[in-house]
Amino acid sequence: MRVITTLLGAALAVTATACGTDASSSGDKVTLVAYDSFPVEGTPVNDALAAFTAESGIEVELLIAGDTGTMLSKAALTAGNPEGDVMWGVDNTFLSRALDAGVFDPYRAAGLDTVPAELTVLVPDAEATPVDFSDVCLNYDIGWFAQRGLAPPASLGDLVDPAYADLLVVQNPATSSPGLAFLLATIDAFGPDGWQDYWRALTDNGVEVVDGWTQAYTERFSWTGRGPRPIVVSYGSSPPFEVLFADPPRDDSPTAVIESSCFRQIEFAGVLRGTDEPEAARRLVDFLLTDGFQRTLPLNVFVFPANGSTELPPEFVEFSTIPEAPRSLDPIDIEANRADWIDEWTELVLG
Amino acid sequence: MAGNRLPRWLVVALAAGPATGLAVFFAWPFLTLLAEALTGETIASTIRRRSTRTVVWFTLWQALVSTAVTIALGLAPAYVVARYEFRGRTLLVGLLTAVFVLPTVVMGAAFLALLPDSLDRTVWAVIGAHVVFNLAVVVRLVSLAWEHLPTDMESAAATLGATPRRVFAEITLPLLRPALTASAAIVFLFTFTSFGVVRVIGAPGTRTIEVEVWRRATQLGDLGGAATLALLQLAVLGAFVAWSAIAQRRSSRALDLRPAISRRRPVGRTEVGRVRAIAGASAALVVAPLLALVVRSFSTPTGWSVSAWTNLGRTEIRPGLRIGIDPIDALWNSVRTAAWATLFAVVIGALASLAIAAAGRSGRFLDVGLMLPLGTSAVTIGFGMLITFDTAPVDWRASWWLVPVGHALIAVPFVVRATLGVLRSVDPDLTDAAATLGASPSRAWIETVVPYLWWPLAVGGALAAAISLGEFGATSFLSRSGGETLPIAIERLLARTGSLLQAQGSALAAILALVTILLVVGVEHAPRIAPRIAPAARRDRSRRRT
Repeated sequence: MRVITTLLGAALAVTATACGTDASSSGDKVTLVAYDSFPVEGTPVNDALAAFTAESGIEVELLIAGDTGTMLSKAALTAGNPEGDVMWGVDNTFLSRALDAGVFDPYRAAGLDTVPAELTVLVPDAEATPVDFSDVCLNYDIGWFAQRGLAPPASLGDLVDPAYADLLVVQNPATSSPGLAFLLATIDAFGPDGWQDYWRALTDNGVEVVDGWTQAYTERFSWTGRGPRPIVVSYGSSPPFEVLFADPPRDDSPTAVIESSCFRQIEFAGVLRGTDEPEAARRLVDFLLTDGFQRTLPLNVFVFPANGSTELPPEFVEFSTIPEAPRSLDPIDIEANRADWIDEWTELVLG
Repeated sequence: MAGNRLPRWLVVALAAGPATGLAVFFAWPFLTLLAEALTGETIASTIRRRSTRTVVWFTLWQALVSTAVTIALGLAPAYVVARYEFRGRTLLVGLLTAVFVLPTVVMGAAFLALLPDSLDRTVWAVIGAHVVFNLAVVVRLVSLAWEHLPTDMESAAATLGATPRRVFAEITLPLLRPALTASAAIVFLFTFTSFGVVRVIGAPGTRTIEVEVWRRATQLGDLGGAATLALLQLAVLGAFVAWSAIAQRRSSRALDLRPAISRRRPVGRTEVGRVRAIAGASAALVVAPLLALVVRSFSTPTGWSVSAWTNLGRTEIRPGLRIGIDPIDALWNSVRTAAWATLFAVVIGALASLAIAAAGRSGRFLDVGLMLPLGTSAVTIGFGMLITFDTAPVDWRASWWLVPVGHALIAVPFVVRATLGVLRSVDPDLTDAAATLGASPSRAWIETVVPYLWWPLAVGGALAAAISLGEFGATSFLSRSGGETLPIAIERLLARTGSLLQAQGSALAAILALVTILLVVGVEHAPRIAPRIAPAARRDRSRRRT
């Protein structure tokens, strides 16, 4: 009996606090749906959103909907009666699916003219708004290569050289977004009929495949101290974070990026079709492109601002790589072929 | 059966709560999703796909092997825990339970670190992890039944010259069969629907149905294929659970339950040695991955460091640089969610157990029904809720209580399993006696059956709380604002670049493990109410005999 009463008491006590935090709003309120690496509280991103509320009277609630794929599947399922009002973060590998499912209401954001043309080219009719970009790139462990007096590979082609046998770990494109981006980079590099031979050669040269980024980077990558592999698929923005979140602190990056391997990911935001607050939702999308918000992105969302006039933080400029000519594929081709490419890759590399 | 004398209206009233909860929060969303996603074409193309057969076959055989090995290895520790008093006994149970409830994403990584390279990413590593992580189910459920078994039958057989082996095979094992069937059913459910372990430890490309449902629904946007597979998974598991529920009822028999548990200290060198060896070996199996977690929280690429621990509550890593994840907040959210989930699970579980025990044959439906959420892919329930609870008056998508309700769906079967076994074994003589003494049927039942409920409910409740604390799947598929639980925060930290965040993720996982262990050990030490009341009931009976 006592156990039950204690539990009851505890539950009641927490409800009291839970109900106490339910803010009753008087003005407009919009819900921003985002993927799970979007910061929930306490960062400059959240401070910027609070500043938007102060200035416009529109309250912003954040709704975390899972990884990008999960978020988009939910949005497609609820298209027309969405969970929120604005969605952040559909990237170009998923864009075509989002547009086909009618997730967004087209809207030309107020600050769109600050965004370079190479980011808006995928959405000529303002079907969604490009808000940031990043690159999926091969990263390597600088110290590992220095110790052995071996030059790090400079291109995708180098990786099939026996000198680099058993050095690369990648993610399974069937289960991982950077894994898929890397597969797309090789399809871009070697063509829709040439990538299969390249992957056969990679397999012969001992490429290791794991389920997702976390295992690849934190378990198998040599820099993190546990794995044997000095080359890994990660992001162009990974090196600066090896400095910023290093323990103990350090002032140079232990890892670097192989620039010609980078696949460009552009992320889009948009007003969700069926929102109850179309006017407030549009104002929020406008705000997402302003310099005040965009400059918080690099250090907190690990992406580059889409606003061309936003300056990058100095530590970011020093250690990150923005490739001149990143690899990319047409989102329509990606959507049309994704399942087949993955099946073919699975047969080839894991089969 | 003791409860058969309960008035029918009372049984129906007891069953109404659990049945409604199940219908609203499980059946409705699941069916809504199926109706939305399934078409004849998607079913046909999914069934025809070659990979479907591979996935189903792999799911089935690895689950069968994992379950068999877990049961075989779990018997010895269950025996030691049930029959002997020794130092560290409750700690052992706590450790086993912690490994069971900790998020598989976290434990998988720790387990992987311990594997020799030759076993890395093989199906044997997956099965090994399944065994270690699920050992707690067998030890808990079987020992709970074992400690209540009367020893006089065993002693009598031994006195008549039966060897210990024969006593075990012919007396103990048949009496334990309901508990063994119940734990086999749960282990099978868990390994059949394995997600984290297969993804983290399995070879790339090996997939269970659960992983394939997730992949189709979220990564490929093939909701029809996902729904087909989810239905297939549920069909296999539904059949299995139904079979086990029938088997459990058939093999359960009324015993003169011993309300007082007579655990004793091992005597003599061989007995002490045996207890030590069994307890030590089981502890080693689960302590190793836990230790690996702790070690990781101190490790950085350039050496050892304590800063993950000294920085634990701080969200500002360097001036102006914040991590955007508040572990203390997440811990609070987890505790709050777990309190609610436990309350829901205990209330629903208690009503359900009483109804199932009293309803006889028709109770089977409720019993099987309550197990089904365990066998249903988390992503389909999450997505189903999204499109079911989306318009007034059931516009609940963003409600804070949807997450604890989801946890309770998963935890209720554990409360029921813990309670039902004890309820079914209550000696009908007791209720008869009370009735003979003039008590009304309800009164007789309340006086004789209810006192046995508190202890299994407390055990089930602790397990429910622990399950909620470590739950990852369902939580991650429900959208949430500001309600990040600890496992989600851990997953997010581990998914970021930077050695400090990695170490912090491991430190948080270690804290989660510690909280779980404390919870389970705490309940184990809590005063037992049933034994204090039970002797009175025994007196009733002896009075009848005089």
